[in-house]
Amino acid sequence: MSEIIHCRQVEFRYDQEFALKDFSFHVRRGEVVALLGPNGAGKTTSVRVMNGLLPVDAGSVSVFGMPVYENGAEIRRRSGVLTETPALYERLSAMQNLHFFGTMADLEKGEIAARSKLMLDVFGLAERADDRVDTFSKGMKQRLAIARAMLHDPELLFLDEPTSDLDPEAARQVGDTIREISAREKRTVILCTHRLFEAEQVCDRVAIMKKGRVMASGTLDDLRQAVSPQIAVRVRIAAPFLADEIAWLKKQSGISAVDLVEKNEIILKVADETATPLVVAYFVNKGASILAVEPKRASLEDIYMHLQQNARKEKA
Amino acid sequence: MNTRRVVAIARKDWIEVRQNKYAWMPMLILPMIFVVLMPLVFTLILPALAVDPQDVLSSDQDIEFFINQMPEAMLRHIDLDKPMEAMIVTMLGFLFAPMFLILPLMYATIIASESFAGERERKTIEALLYTPASDAELLLGKVAAAAIPSLAATWIGFVIYTLILNIAPYAHFQRIWFPLPTWWPLIFWITPALVVLGIALTVIISAKVQNFLGTYQTSGSVVLLVVALFAGQITGALYLSVMVEMIIGAVLWVAAGVLGLVAVRTFNRKALLAGSKQ
Repeated sequence: MSEIIHCRQVEFRYDQEFALKDFSFHVRRGEVVALLGPNGAGKTTSVRVMNGLLPVDAGSVSVFGMPVYENGAEIRRRSGVLTETPALYERLSAMQNLHFFGTMADLEKGEIAARSKLMLDVFGLAERADDRVDTFSKGMKQRLAIARAMLHDPELLFLDEPTSDLDPEAARQVGDTIREISAREKRTVILCTHRLFEAEQVCDRVAIMKKGRVMASGTLDDLRQAVSPQIAVRVRIAAPFLADEIAWLKKQSGISAVDLVEKNEIILKVADETATPLVVAYFVNKGASILAVEPKRASLEDIYMHLQQNARKEKA
Repeated sequence: MNTRRVVAIARKDWIEVRQNKYAWMPMLILPMIFVVLMPLVFTLILPALAVDPQDVLSSDQDIEFFINQMPEAMLRHIDLDKPMEAMIVTMLGFLFAPMFLILPLMYATIIASESFAGERERKTIEALLYTPASDAELLLGKVAAAAIPSLAATWIGFVIYTLILNIAPYAHFQRIWFPLPTWWPLIFWITPALVVLGIALTVIISAKVQNFLGTYQTSGSVVLLVVALFAGQITGALYLSVMVEMIIGAVLWVAAGVLGLVAVRTFNRKALLAGSKQ
């Protein structure tokens, strides 16, 4: 896969305050990548920089192989952005909004009509096409904003906090839409979010940001390997564990730690999942009644929290 | 320069202005007063009430002074032997002429405030900045959205004013007497300069004041220029003869040009996003 975004040691300041510092980020064509980080981490600024809205103070940014700031118009023609707020013209109808942005993206008149109709159909807004946007619910506005971002069929899609401020049902609708876009249309998608579950569900790779810098990036497995490679296996049996059973578990080479959390419940730290059948076989042979065996890998949330805490400790 | 985008921005902004009652209400009310009500008061209502026009002209020392000090080129349009005519020409042809300039200034600052500051206030500017349009196209589209309706509305108002001033008092004049020569530079030289000046000022102010009302109220203070012209006339310090108007227009065009350059420098993506750091 060819590289579609290449940011290297980027610095950007609003007045004297760094918004991006030593920001390096790469995305290959067709990937769905999450930019994660708390508010103020620089996610929105990085999207602005990658679309040529802001000139960087240092470092280099290229998108589609072109230096960004000098080719901002061309890059924006080929990318679509869902801004943090829907940023729709609320006194205009849904169709008027799409028509305006279609014209701005240089689509032909017939193409605007056809694509607008298609997008409104896809996002379930066809029946409200001629209604003013200020009569829409938050979820509908967000779907219309995604439709606007995709109207000109962009190769690269930036979705900035697509589910923020939405109630759970609306957030789920939008989440489903993103999954559909990435699965069906195979677009390159950059998802800026602090909803970790959403990123975990949708993205091929994640980049975790803090104070304008990418602290870690990779697939979830890469990050697990780097941050928390072991698997935690919770084992719960009917009777209390015996001392010799605990001792046997500690002696096994695949098990690095045994934590007795309750009389009849332990958590084992194992290097890989091959240890689990051995443990199950041992307790079956001992005639124990096994109530639960649950292997649990570090979630994105675990990794994220671990990295953010480490960053805080380093700062302290 | 992509004119299709420029037209699309102008059209979209104009639709938005039409939907904002805080924008269009004053744009309806003030012209009703200046263009329709005031002329009708002097041409129909006062005569109908049998008010002696001489009383109107001599009721105020300022008006008397205004007529007495008037340059010959202007005075020859006032026939003092015909008091009704003299009152109408003095009041509606000369004295209130600068007040007519409030209209283009008001239109320009209201629409520009709605277009520039309103867009930032409603947080729709960012989506616009992510389009392929250049900064120049965005600026030109928004300037066109403010300038074209402002000029058109002023000129339409001028046509209506002309019709009323000729038709309503026709019984007294028995001729087409308006527009007076001083009105041509007022409408076609000073008015466009004021529109450009008002818009440029609004663009600069909207970079600091990020809401419609605040920007409009601040930029609207430029109306003081018009009040100064009115005060200048009534005190006899400045008569708006054709020559004086040409000079004032030239000064306004230079000021509009300078402010326009500052506005162009102010209007860029980085500056527009500076207020919304993330």
